Amino acid sequence: MTEPILEVSGLVKHYPLTQGILFKKQVGSVKAVDGVDFALRRGETLGIVGESGCGKSTVAKMLVNLERPTEGRIRYKGEDITKLSGKALRTVRRNIQMVFQDPYTSLNPRMTVGDIIGEPFEIHPEVAPKGDRRARVRELLDVVGLNPEYINRYPHQFSGGQRQRIGIARGLALRPEVIVADEPVSALDVSVQAQVINLLDRLQAEFELSYLFIAHDLSIVRHISDRVGVMYLGRIVEIGRDAEIYDHPTHPYTQALLSAVPVPDPEAREQRDRIILAGDVPSPTNIPSGCRFRTRCWKAQERCTREVPLLAVPEEFRRVSGPAAHDSACHFAEEKRVVPPGQRPPGPTDDLGKEGP
Amino acid sequence: MLLEVRDLQVEFRTRDGIAKAVNGVSYAVDAGETLAVLGESGSGKSVTAQAVMGILDIPPGRITGGEILFQGRDLLKLKEDERRKVRGAEMAMIFQDALSSLNPVLSVGDQLGEMFVVHRGMSRKDARTKAVELMDHVRIPAARERVKDYPHQFSGGMRQRIMIAMALALEPALIIADEPTTALDVTVQAQVMDLLAELQREYHMGLILITHDLGVVADVADRIAVMYAGRIVESAPVHDIYKAPAHPYTRGLLDSIPRLDQKGQELYAIKGLPPNLMNIPPGCAFNPRCPMAQDVCRTDVPPLYEVSGERRSACHFWRECLHD
Repeated sequence: MTEPILEVSGLVKHYPLTQGILFKKQVGSVKAVDGVDFALRRGETLGIVGESGCGKSTVAKMLVNLERPTEGRIRYKGEDITKLSGKALRTVRRNIQMVFQDPYTSLNPRMTVGDIIGEPFEIHPEVAPKGDRRARVRELLDVVGLNPEYINRYPHQFSGGQRQRIGIARGLALRPEVIVADEPVSALDVSVQAQVINLLDRLQAEFELSYLFIAHDLSIVRHISDRVGVMYLGRIVEIGRDAEIYDHPTHPYTQALLSAVPVPDPEAREQRDRIILAGDVPSPTNIPSGCRFRTRCWKAQERCTREVPLLAVPEEFRRVSGPAAHDSACHFAEEKRVVPPGQRPPGPTDDLGKEGP
Repeated sequence: MLLEVRDLQVEFRTRDGIAKAVNGVSYAVDAGETLAVLGESGSGKSVTAQAVMGILDIPPGRITGGEILFQGRDLLKLKEDERRKVRGAEMAMIFQDALSSLNPVLSVGDQLGEMFVVHRGMSRKDARTKAVELMDHVRIPAARERVKDYPHQFSGGMRQRIMIAMALALEPALIIADEPTTALDVTVQAQVMDLLAELQREYHMGLILITHDLGVVADVADRIAVMYAGRIVESAPVHDIYKAPAHPYTRGLLDSIPRLDQKGQELYAIKGLPPNLMNIPPGCAFNPRCPMAQDVCRTDVPPLYEVSGERRSACHFWRECLHD
């Protein structure tokens, strides 16, 4: 196992809620991210899944320093980057780049593609000296599968998938080591999504990139990720290798999330054991005590209101070394298989009935 | 047949030219049946639905041909005031984005009650009682207290329930749901789809579900119509199409879903982009992106060939596609 390139510990982001115009009084806070730990290894793809409001995009913003964390540390190659400023911050930012969700709003409509992709060089002239920039941009266009002749066109002259390629080219311009991709394909049509996913895969191999891949589409996350973390209301509730999470989930939220994803096969309709959660996600201004999932959990007991479950390998799995032994923040963790997305549903002879190791 | 769309053609006049959004679409839905209309953006799936509902923006839109038979009557021949009586009472629509489809300055009770005041001539008080009943029916907790609340006070899932309640209010025979769960999170999406399916059974309604999500289709549909560039390219009972698609576009869509056994491999991707509707390629509209395209595909528009009893495919080479 290689050393982590990015290490996040105790990451917290609270946005204050204030009342009054002249004398602002804090009346509470939105706990967008409330204690997140993970490590991203070199060359790896870590997928983060979760529903809207779970804090996954806020984590992404803090990693690229668009938001300052309230608490916690983000270490890039061992160095805490949350307190950096000036030149040191610029160097780190060069190495951690972001690809945004919406290719329609994340590109300036008044700039040509060449200017958009070349803009990072203005801030980091050491990467490409002035005379060399157009050539670099052409090269980048070619790398992401666009015709280098398009350098003088404007964003509106491109389709959604092509624009996302432009966004990726901009992210690559400074030759970063880490790319944070926040829902990079969710605005695209199904037939174009696969093209962009393949491009991201190819670029990772070519430039030895590490990806933090944030999305809500579970089958796409599985396809691209080596490890997957599941977030709920500001925290990671379960994290592990992709097969551990998808085939051997032990946290009830992960199980419900996986079982709710529609499987693209009508034969699966009858065979599926769906867990329909009651109610909505609680407000991040008023997080339930103890386990934050307990208000929607069918297993919740008195202990769950008192004790916050820690993200660790649950006791009952500690002695075994099977795929169920991965970090899961639940007092009553148990393995339950659901038909995971991306899997053709099992025939009658499949091992669905069998217990895990 | 409850609804039969025959050879519908819709175009939009824009500054840059005429966009041919719907080019001869035919489909039918029976009572109690769910037809999924599957397609990507620009395929014409929503425009067809808007034409059926009679809410197409005219101009710039224009219906240039075809018939929409609803319970035997051609809706396109009705006068606007007759059409208005059908809309809402006999067919209703659920939109993707509940927040922008609801009026932000009216309480949800007023909006639900308005249906009964306008169509049924009820008093405001009776309408309010009906509104509470409806909210109960779509399982909104504490309906009596919440009937005075405004749309922004509800969560996304609850707002979509209100949209469903509004569509069901007058017990229509047909519901058109245009991407009803696309804006919702998966766990809430499952709740809403379940509710919709249950109510459909209860009222024995016809349901047209417009979506781009192959997973949602597999979950609820009886039959599928796949649209591309304003045409239906394949229509079939839901089980057949997932087992063996008879059109290369359908096959491409199914193949581009990441599957477990393909991890670490390149995903299948349909090459190229959907066509510009102002400049649809001659012959089969899919031919520039099709791995099976031959010379005939570039010249002759494929008719909807009969594959079997209920299956149709608009591909000259549907046999090869089916058996490949």
